Amino acid sequence: MPTDPGQLFLPLLYNLRAQGLRVGTGEWLTFLEGMSVGLAKDLDGIYRLGRAVLVHTEANYDAYDIAFHATFAGVDLKQQLKHALTSWLTDPKAWEEGRAAGEHGFESLEELLKAFNETLREQKERHEGGNRWVGTGGTSPYGNGGRANQGIRVGGKGGGRSAVQVAGDRRWANYRTDVRLDVRDFKVALRTLRKLLREGHEVLDLDGTIDQTGKNGGDIDLVFKKDRANRVRLVLLMDAGGSMAPHAQLVSRLFTAASELKHFKSFEHYYFHNCVYGQLFRNYETWDRRPTQEVLRELTPEHRVIYVGDASMAPWELFQDSGGFGEQGPAGIDWLKQLKAACPHSIWLNPDPQTYWRHPTVSAIGQIFPMFPLTLDGLRSASKKLRAA
Amino acid sequence: MAFQRFSGSARYIADPDLLSSVNAAVALQRPLVVKGEPGTGKTLLAHAVSEALGIPLISWHVKSTSKAVEGLYTYDVVQRLNDSRFGDGDISDIRRYIKMGPMGKAFASERQVVLLLDEIDKADLEFPNDLLRELDEMKFFIPELDETVAAKHRPVMIITSNAEKELPDAFLRRCVFHYIGFPDRARMGEIVKVHHPDLDQVLLAKAMERFYSLRKIDGLRKKPSTSEFLDWLTVLVRAGVKSEDIEKKLPFLGVLLKQEKDLETLDLRRRRGH
Ligand SMILES: Nc1ncnc2c1ncn2[C@@H]1O[C@H](COP(=O)(O)OP(=O)(O)OP(=O)(O)O)[C@@H](O)[C@H]1O
Ligand SMILES: [Mg+2]
Repeated sequence: MPTDPGQLFLPLLYNLRAQGLRVGTGEWLTFLEGMSVGLAKDLDGIYRLGRAVLVHTEANYDAYDIAFHATFAGVDLKQQLKHALTSWLTDPKAWEEGRAAGEHGFESLEELLKAFNETLREQKERHEGGNRWVGTGGTSPYGNGGRANQGIRVGGKGGGRSAVQVAGDRRWANYRTDVRLDVRDFKVALRTLRKLLREGHEVLDLDGTIDQTGKNGGDIDLVFKKDRANRVRLVLLMDAGGSMAPHAQLVSRLFTAASELKHFKSFEHYYFHNCVYGQLFRNYETWDRRPTQEVLRELTPEHRVIYVGDASMAPWELFQDSGGFGEQGPAGIDWLKQLKAACPHSIWLNPDPQTYWRHPTVSAIGQIFPMFPLTLDGLRSASKKLRAA
Repeated sequence: MAFQRFSGSARYIADPDLLSSVNAAVALQRPLVVKGEPGTGKTLLAHAVSEALGIPLISWHVKSTSKAVEGLYTYDVVQRLNDSRFGDGDISDIRRYIKMGPMGKAFASERQVVLLLDEIDKADLEFPNDLLRELDEMKFFIPELDETVAAKHRPVMIITSNAEKELPDAFLRRCVFHYIGFPDRARMGEIVKVHHPDLDQVLLAKAMERFYSLRKIDGLRKKPSTSEFLDWLTVLVRAGVKSEDIEKKLPFLGVLLKQEKDLETLDLRRRRGH
């Protein structure tokens, strides 16, 4: 083929990237391969093929829909261009023959792709409904082509809705994980936090047994070794201050997930008020608390600490000495620094949108702990960070 | 075209989207990862594909303790050890102690098969990654025999997941992915028809109404699924429940809601007059 056929779909690729979908080269080539073996014969087919090979989670279906709609909606191709494109999509070889026979009015594939891309660009904003590339009323572009059109359908299907229109419905918006979060989602993300080491139950070591048995001249000598167990100890420190009230449900779901997961070597949780000071609370109602110093001393390299809070407070609450409940002592920021020093594998989850993170206390805390949004994506990145530790 | 097209089988109702994903996976020779709520027909899909393409199905039901290598083969070293001690059979023939796993069987098969890897998310996080090489190369090496088993035909692979754990990116990038959304009423009607061809349409409409409104309730631990709906219909028909009664009461609710907690939730809502 004279031109990289991928060019035809570059606008789609750009729009996918703009939606934050990281489409790798491998997947993109698979998509083009699918086109070349005739898996997509019309825009509906392109929509489906693209989604099947370029998107790997339903959480991104919505982003795909937006990108697809942005690329193809409102595009009104002239009959001739539509015809040429569809026939090229359907059967590149036949198209090449047709072109040689002067049937299409396009001298080359380059010219066709150029015309297509120009039309996309020109018409992008002019959202005027009516006749789109995929004729909505089931109009066939094949009227006079007279070749290879059996079984091919361009246009609305059963309900008369095309892929572009369906994409515009945003049916998958509820599946986005950058907005929705429940206990189960948190569990899935937290499960990735682990460090497997051999300890715990004894299990039969077959290789060892064979070796030993061989050395023993055939007398069976059973060898045992320790099973693999997760060494990670998780500590969850949660801000229960007033400005956290709107996020209370979200935080409690994270807490539920962490405590229900029988996955860690140990799990502890504490609450604090705006910032960590001299005391950490297991329960504010029952006044069940421990000196922060004590918790600090217990931290080991196997610990992972997750802080949850909006990190936004009056500057003196963070920077001035002796904060919190009238006790004398270091400033909040110094407590945080000490904790970080005792356990470097710590991150901060912030439920506030990132646009608020420029606030001085938020950025100061962000300097100490890597900060992530309290969304599923945020928690995933956070877990990745902690795992790498 | 070199691949066979899947167009659904009489007993399985597939959306056009799902059909294209299956066909893409077959044509591009990629594993198809199917994800979706319980009971959305993921496992059944593999059976339907095998039936529609007219090729055998080999299933591998993955468990939390499954190891990737077991899918290839297992070496029954304990048996061999035992035989060596108690002199049973020819222990020098290692082949006798090598047993092909489901994937090994699929590779060694004389004809192409559908290979179902059911509930891959139950296994350890490393499980999918451990299979990457074999998936790429379509062969594996058995050191005990000093032999390579190469696939004679690339199996049509269908992998299901309930999303208990996330699958690794590197793995997903090699697959065709499809999420089976919960069927809408029209689609559910078609699915019901497969299982209950002669169902009274008024009864079905009423039951469907109740079923979908149950699913909307917030805070259920387990939303009733397609299979529970089908079971419920069976029970309703067997017990001769009248369609009016479905509207007024919710007979045999336990078939739809299996968790004690969910029945309590519903009870609470009712007493509050919902
Ligand atoms: N599309 C469908 N066509 C026909 N029957 C279906 C369909 N979807 C679901 N069913 C019915 O629902 C039952 C459950 O389907 P299946 O076991 O394949 O679900 P699943 O997605 O594998 O669930 P799980 O995640 O619990 O394993 C099937 O046995 C079948 O009776
Ligand atoms: Mg199943």
